[in-house]
Amino acid sequence: MGRLKTFTRRTFLIGSVAVAGGVAFGAYKVATPHENPLSAGLGEGEAAITPYVRIDAQGVTLITPRADLGQGAWSVQAALIAEELDVELDQIRVDPGPPSPAYWNTALAAESAAFMVPSGGTGEAIAAGALSAVMKTIGMQITGGSTTVPDGFVKLREAGAVARETLKLAAAQKSGVPVRDLKTQAGKVLLPDGTELTYVELAPIAAGIAPPREVALRDPSEWRLIGKPMRRVDIVAKSTGTQAYGIDQRIDGMVHAAVVLNPAQRGAMMSFDASEALQMRGVRDVVEISGGVAVIADNTWRAMEAGRKVKVDWGPAAFPAPMEEHWQALSDAFTEAKRDSRQRDDGDVEISFAENAGLIKGEYRAPYLAHAPLEPINAVVRVDDGAAEVWTGTQIPRFVQNNVGRIAGIDPEKVTVHVLAMGGSFGHRLEDEVVKQATEIAARMKGTPIKLTYSREQDMTHDFPRQIAMARMRGAVRNGQVETYELDIAMPSVVLSQMSRQGLAVPGPDSQIVAGAWDQPFAIPNHRVTGYRARELAPVSSWRSVGASSNGFFYNAGLDELIHAAGADPLAERIRLCSNDEARKVLEAVGEMSGWGTELGEGRGRGVALTQSFGVHCAQVVEVTATDAGIRIDKVHVAAEVGTVVDPVNFDNLVKGGVIFALGHAMNCEITYTDGIADQDNFHAFEGMRLYQCPVIEVRGLENGTRVLGIGEPPVPPAAPALAAAIFAATGQRLREMPFSKHVDFV
Amino acid sequence: MQLSVNGKIHEVDVEPEMPLLWVLRDELGITGVKYGCGIAQCGACTVHVDGAAVRSCQLPVGELVGEVTTIEGLGTPGALHAVQAAWIEHQVAQCGYCQSGQIMAAAAFLALNPEPTDADIDAVMSANLCRCGTYPRIREAIKAAAQTIRSA
Repeated sequence: MGRLKTFTRRTFLIGSVAVAGGVAFGAYKVATPHENPLSAGLGEGEAAITPYVRIDAQGVTLITPRADLGQGAWSVQAALIAEELDVELDQIRVDPGPPSPAYWNTALAAESAAFMVPSGGTGEAIAAGALSAVMKTIGMQITGGSTTVPDGFVKLREAGAVARETLKLAAAQKSGVPVRDLKTQAGKVLLPDGTELTYVELAPIAAGIAPPREVALRDPSEWRLIGKPMRRVDIVAKSTGTQAYGIDQRIDGMVHAAVVLNPAQRGAMMSFDASEALQMRGVRDVVEISGGVAVIADNTWRAMEAGRKVKVDWGPAAFPAPMEEHWQALSDAFTEAKRDSRQRDDGDVEISFAENAGLIKGEYRAPYLAHAPLEPINAVVRVDDGAAEVWTGTQIPRFVQNNVGRIAGIDPEKVTVHVLAMGGSFGHRLEDEVVKQATEIAARMKGTPIKLTYSREQDMTHDFPRQIAMARMRGAVRNGQVETYELDIAMPSVVLSQMSRQGLAVPGPDSQIVAGAWDQPFAIPNHRVTGYRARELAPVSSWRSVGASSNGFFYNAGLDELIHAAGADPLAERIRLCSNDEARKVLEAVGEMSGWGTELGEGRGRGVALTQSFGVHCAQVVEVTATDAGIRIDKVHVAAEVGTVVDPVNFDNLVKGGVIFALGHAMNCEITYTDGIADQDNFHAFEGMRLYQCPVIEVRGLENGTRVLGIGEPPVPPAAPALAAAIFAATGQRLREMPFSKHVDFV
Repeated sequence: MQLSVNGKIHEVDVEPEMPLLWVLRDELGITGVKYGCGIAQCGACTVHVDGAAVRSCQLPVGELVGEVTTIEGLGTPGALHAVQAAWIEHQVAQCGYCQSGQIMAAAAFLALNPEPTDADIDAVMSANLCRCGTYPRIREAIKAAAQTIRSA
């Protein structure tokens, strides 16, 4: 573990490390004091090199440490390296690389630090960034927070440039031609006489050369790949059934496991009787694990079927049994004692309320939501004497490494983690219960690879869902304008729940309780946003866009009620109140795209919402028709400011997917508990959007900002409130609770 | 018992109630077909039996009659089916986990109806769930594939 130390200096180190028969290049900013096994012999304040580019006899491999959950992370990371390295995307392989503190996520630390000013313009960090310190300490190699592009945009291009320049030095050494006369293209160094030297043949020479300490990155006008449509590196495999996911992993000698966990989540197991299960065909054993039992068999289906025959006496859930108590806990949290943060307090809401007779009030609710990626969670683990090997789709390989080591009683450095392609995540794979359970089994069956696959029912009912949340709005209007807006938000702390499962304490307020609400780009004369931390209820975890997933709805829904009370136009009043140029431009863009203000006709309506999350200003206009059978979502117009659209194709796909994901859950999804047991266990009860319900979605990426930002999560928060506002415009019915299907029908 | 998958005869020794899905995946190692829900709600397990789209999670292998085709038998990276080519051209996939089932459903559908209306596409393809939300591209790719199939 690295020592925690503040580096004021931000030096830049580059270099190469010889690998067997080839060369590896890397570059990263030395803002962290991680001890690295390669660091011996380096001077004070320096750190060793972690490879992003590996060239050996097999060719060029680009190391893409951020996991691919489906968002195209491997492709975009490869493209950033390839842009400067001068290789084509169909020439290279990608490898997620090993867990290493050197791959820690700088951008996520900044994003997660409590109450950093998110929009880059004015102001300073308000709080100390306690989480950032935690993340540095443990070398948190995490994929999340829409940070893959912001984190890698400079450092991956630099890694590619360093490798390219070193290969040119190698070519100069080999040919005698000065470096300035050399060019690079498609994996080769080109000599003036037309001779081509491949990177592969130059690699052994390059391994002996000290790479340049400074490289200049190309001007955007020279970019070959960035900003142009790319073909994802995995698109052929994913269209031919040849992409191997975690669930497809097969290791010699592997056996299959299924788990039977207390349906009252996290409750104890009192006793179990496996006698019938043990008689079933193919069943090897039934063993106790934390929170339940595991059935080991020679086939996944046999293990799951036998699991149904295990008779278990379960203890009660470790959290309130009926849903009413969960909502009551939130309702009870709006007290001074539970106050977690108040980072927005403009003007004076109290004076305004005292002066205003006509207070406007509203209360809003957002339910628990399962992540439910289509690939159920799974892991293969083999524990040997003093070592272990793990194959799984995970966003947290370093945690996995440590947890497997702890459970198996071995040095975490002796745990090899293979990060595999994932069939979705939405934050689900920021947890590693399945790996821990597989390790418990594997530790009893040394030398035998254990493949543990959750059934869909286990996956959905034992998910740690999106937080339940409640908000209360008070406000006042004057002369047709919004004058005062107070929003109080109560929820349990997601960060606390999530980090406690990794044995980590997180001090300070939780910025996610008010994310997507306290930091919105509106200058309302009297404006206060307060977060209240409800007690821990059901365990919860990060769900695509985290706090903003509920708060984007609350903030926009409350604002819409005030704008309506003022008699103002929802878009025009947002633009009038807007305090940020980027935000104003996305609002104006969706206004233009949607033809805002034009007549839609009887029974139709438009709604607008804007949320800044993860630094991205994203505005949406939703259009609906109220048919006799229910609400039909016709169109969605989306504009988002990301600085640079790295790949317009993937950008478009991710934005549309985010909108569909958000609308589907807002329409019809919730997880509720009865006697501590989740009521929804499969897609019949947790459906999301189906293709026939999918609106036409028009997407525009704006590039006015100077920062390059990620787009995996920001399309999610504004979709639900824009839908609610459109339904209000079409029907006059105000929706204050998700899912909206509790109050309206959808067709 | 014997079953024919992608033109090859396999001998398996399994209980007849085991769903075809798990025979393919765990007994034969044919993993392009996916487990998503086990209750015919998501369509990730869709294969063809004598050309018709079937939910392999719901078909006990003992009741199987006919030739099974999985995504691997529909086309390969070197010899793509028109639907796969359209899926690549339109870059449909995000996580890609549902796409084997989507492609198999679309291929069976277009074989019967090479001139689908938008309403036809919506009706048939709504049985397959995509959690990433690739529906707009699925619609585009099906239309493109239909054109290819019609002009072939």
